[in-house]
Amino acid sequence: MSTKAAAETLAACKPWTREEIAARAARDIPEGWYVNVGIGIPVLLPNYIPPEREVIIQSENGILGMGPSPPDDKINRWLINASKKYVTLVPGGSYVHHADSFAMIRGGHLDLCVLGSFQVAENGDFANWTSAGDDMPSVGGAMDLAAGAKAIWLLMDHTTKNGDSKVMRRCTYPLTAVGAAKRVYTNLAVLDITDNGFAVRDLAPGLTFEALQDVTDAPLHLTN
Amino acid sequence: MINKIVQSMAEATADIRDNAVVLIGGFGSIGQPNALIEGLIEQGAKDLTVVANNAGVGHTGLARLMEVGRVRKIICSYPRTSDPVVFAELYRAGKIELEVMPQGTMAERMRAAGAGIPAFYTPTSVGTKLAEGKEARDFHGRTYVLEEALFGDVALVEAWQADRWGNLTYRSSARNFYPVMAMAAKLTIVQAQHIVELGALDPEQVATPGIFVDRVVHVPYGEPVVT
Repeated sequence: MSTKAAAETLAACKPWTREEIAARAARDIPEGWYVNVGIGIPVLLPNYIPPEREVIIQSENGILGMGPSPPDDKINRWLINASKKYVTLVPGGSYVHHADSFAMIRGGHLDLCVLGSFQVAENGDFANWTSAGDDMPSVGGAMDLAAGAKAIWLLMDHTTKNGDSKVMRRCTYPLTAVGAAKRVYTNLAVLDITDNGFAVRDLAPGLTFEALQDVTDAPLHLTN
Repeated sequence: MINKIVQSMAEATADIRDNAVVLIGGFGSIGQPNALIEGLIEQGAKDLTVVANNAGVGHTGLARLMEVGRVRKIICSYPRTSDPVVFAELYRAGKIELEVMPQGTMAERMRAAGAGIPAFYTPTSVGTKLAEGKEARDFHGRTYVLEEALFGDVALVEAWQADRWGNLTYRSSARNFYPVMAMAAKLTIVQAQHIVELGALDPEQVATPGIFVDRVVHVPYGEPVVT
């Protein structure tokens, strides 16, 4: 396919919305997993876990078993998530202090952490805490999560507003962790990070592999 | 009779010295010890190093402490909050130092300080800018960096209930850093919404036992306001 044809299929495809990216990732989380969700698109993820499936959400500020946001008349004013929004505790949930919360995180007890990211590379490196020219670098819990969770999935746009690829051969921004990311959900595709680099699991409706490659810095592979 | 309850903010904040390292808990607007911070402003200690998760929001609490020029350095994990207006202005003018640290490393460094552990190895930050210059060592085929215990001269704590021995409970996500900050500081000062009789707290619910607490002042301010 020519670059022109690829550009046409890209223009004609229906990129996933932020909600659809979160919903797509939520569907892939198996019952019984303990999951931390970061700020950005991942905040939306708990809303899309199928109600019949028990997935336990952890929030780094000491909540295990975090539920959705409350209706206005049911707010617990002492209970917020990592994005500083009111949340709830599900039956069976518990509170811990920060060192115990990060023991869960760093100690390998979480099955999955879902984070937003500025960039991801084909070797699993990712960069989500500071960019070039950022004079107020803010790492939060991202490096602890990246080092400790059994799997890292990234939910992010495929390109910048200028159209530059965020799915890279190598990250150019300061890294959050080396080789930690396992899967990427973008507005255009779902990618696994394998020993051979990015393998395409799924494409946005109407998008072709060639058109996706055309807007992606890293070489892509088809899953077998 | 042991009685850690003091009757005034002046008693609560006595002996905080210039150049002190002050541990301030809270996560977002929840559990901020704003009354103690106001007391500290009144008390006058300056050139403080503050350890907190964020670098202040709006113009109250920690932001106010910075705005009146008492903070020389802030150690935090996430300065870029919704409204870090005071910090941003001071920082860009070169009037305050910033040290950014992973949140879990910050918590564990204080836990270590409280637990008699001078340093520990962590996998967090390996291969990143935040590990530069730090000693690294391999264990079982994985690389870790050395982090030292982070001690406080003072911890300012916001609790839900307290008794005269300094036993504390917290509410929901207001617990956050407090149990480790209370352990890590030489002088732990608590503002509590409720003062209860000794023996009234369910021992199973005490999240910070009184051994880690020096002073308690009653501040029944009601519900936190999320900003």
